[in-house]
Amino acid sequence: MTTRRTFLVVGLAGGATLVAADWLRRTRGRSPALGANAALATLDPAAPAIVAAIVPVMLDGALPADPADRRAAVTETVANVARAVSGLAPNAQKELGELFSLLSLPPTRVALAGVMTPWADASPEAIAAFLERWRTSGWMLLRSAYDALHQLVLAAWYGNPRAWPSIGYPGPPVLAR
Amino acid sequence: MNDPMDAPALRHAANDLVRGARVIDASTLDRDLTLEADVVIVGSGAGGGIAAETLSEAGLSVIMVEEGPLRTAREFRMSEAEAYPDLYQDSAARTTKDKAINILQGRCVGGGTTVNWTSSFRTPPATLAYWAQALHLDGFAAEDLAPWFARMETRLSIGPWNMAPNANNEALARGAAAIGIRTGTIRRNVTGCVNLGYCGMGCPLDAKQSMLVTTIPAALGRGATLITRAQAQTLVRDGDRVRALTCAAMDAKGVRPTTRRITLRAETFISAAGGIGTPGLLLRSHVPDPYAVVGKRTFLHPTVVSAALMPDEVGGYYGAPQTIYSDHFVETMPVGGPIGFKLEAPPLHPVLAAITLPNHGAPHAHWMRRLPNLQVLIALLRDGFHPASPGGTVTLSSDGTPVLDYPLTSYVWEGARRAFRTMAEIQFAAGAAQVMPIHGDGTGYREWSAARAAIDEFTLAPLVTPVVSAHVMGGCPLGADPHRAAVDTAGRYHHLANLYVFDASLFPTSLGANPQLSIFAIAARLSSGLAATLVPGERTVHAS
Repeated sequence: MTTRRTFLVVGLAGGATLVAADWLRRTRGRSPALGANAALATLDPAAPAIVAAIVPVMLDGALPADPADRRAAVTETVANVARAVSGLAPNAQKELGELFSLLSLPPTRVALAGVMTPWADASPEAIAAFLERWRTSGWMLLRSAYDALHQLVLAAWYGNPRAWPSIGYPGPPVLAR
Repeated sequence: MNDPMDAPALRHAANDLVRGARVIDASTLDRDLTLEADVVIVGSGAGGGIAAETLSEAGLSVIMVEEGPLRTAREFRMSEAEAYPDLYQDSAARTTKDKAINILQGRCVGGGTTVNWTSSFRTPPATLAYWAQALHLDGFAAEDLAPWFARMETRLSIGPWNMAPNANNEALARGAAAIGIRTGTIRRNVTGCVNLGYCGMGCPLDAKQSMLVTTIPAALGRGATLITRAQAQTLVRDGDRVRALTCAAMDAKGVRPTTRRITLRAETFISAAGGIGTPGLLLRSHVPDPYAVVGKRTFLHPTVVSAALMPDEVGGYYGAPQTIYSDHFVETMPVGGPIGFKLEAPPLHPVLAAITLPNHGAPHAHWMRRLPNLQVLIALLRDGFHPASPGGTVTLSSDGTPVLDYPLTSYVWEGARRAFRTMAEIQFAAGAAQVMPIHGDGTGYREWSAARAAIDEFTLAPLVTPVVSAHVMGGCPLGADPHRAAVDTAGRYHHLANLYVFDASLFPTSLGANPQLSIFAIAARLSSGLAATLVPGERTVHAS
């Protein structure tokens, strides 16, 4: 059955792109154990780096100001995204794998995300422009991909007690049991 | 096959449920398992839990199959990061096929009742009247169900909530009163509730009278067996009878099946896997469905959301999450006309708030920093009562898992626009400094007139306007006429002799109210009826 995502890729660049994405994902194999981010790397070897690039932009204004705290917050958020991904149903993981393949392969990264450089080199402005482009896209598929990133990243950060002081959430009550 | 009591897989749930109860965590199985009983029940939520108690009380041997894990009060730590992946379908990120609607559904022992917000409403009389008059459903009038509602209210300690509502709910009462709209107090299924506000993450005090602490322990106490982390796969038939249910043991996280298989044989099978799970099981099993009704007319109470900033602290993360409601816009909108909606308030914990607020970066962070002052209303649209609201369709994806395709029609969007207007009006009347209908980029408005003008111009569309649902209903509707209904008025599948459906998929429309008490009452009545037709003791639960 043709999935909508398959249809997207076929429509955009011909079936070869999807085949290439799939082939690359398999032949590049799994990166050596990436610890907390293994579940993300399993989707696509480039996925941890992509998420690490997106997190500071999506959480602009939310992360701690202190550089060391900020680095730790980003690291923990990427790890929490990976943990969330590992708990998703196989179908959802497969779709996310396709999304990260599109974002990692240079032709689709440029054509669909508008990001001209590898993710690790992309400026915050370029990543912000990508997020805005997908958030407001007339193409429902890109919007739903934005929603997936939105949910994963924001849940990963705001589920972390480190985020709570800045939003005034005192945390759950302590129960005497 | 060894007696399961000896199997290494057997887990005693010690004091948590019933000492010595037979609880098998299928993720730990080291061999395939075959069991027999009088009755096999798929799902341990509102329908399955009630059926398990009723049938085990009648002396029948019962096996309950649950896809999710067994978690109990001591494991409920009021943590969204733990609860959503562990206790909800698809980590609380289940969506419709086009991803336009987010669906919250429980996936744990007790199902939705373990994670719901305790709101308990009898089925609205207008809904039951529509079923009787428009859909010719006999025997489900308000007076027919009244004794079953009463019985369930007693059994599950459903009663008035006498503590003051939290400020999030109080704002609904205050704002509605200011514009002349009546509100009421929601009844709740709790005993000894101390108003923590974390119902959605599992009650850490066993105050919520979910299936987890009521009917399931009762059934286990009468010898029922509970198998967790087991995904019901296929009903195996022989002519017009189901002979067995095959299940896949799931891994410890509930993500992928292990190599272990479970075969359950019984005289009678009950599907109580919910409005997506039950049609999914029936479709996977290729049960006879000559009029193609299974999975059709699935309803959601599509829900839109309006956020506001109040000048004073609201603290919507604490206190019983839902205590005030308004039925003004279901009572004044006759069924069959423009879609009506019920107004309620949700709990406001950080993750739920963060994924609901639109956009990202600075605008998102700006609202999150005001979480203590955030006030949120939701409008649940009453779908399924109009030809332009046919609901959605459950189909199978390529790996056999069910997926719901729910097209949002202009009929539904028209109601969403009215709901946005009303919610903003109520929020301003309650004193909001700013109101942000959850739509598009999430612009906030400081005045009612500006909000109203903007809402009138909104382009309401899938993935532009977030829509959520916590109530999946329909897909195996009740009714005497097999051309339109999947099960007869006893809950028996029309085309098989010993397959029953006792869950929210029975409803021929949505309800216009939170569904748990409707499921309890109808499941109680149907399972009592079933118990009277079965001969107990034909089979004890044993391995074959």
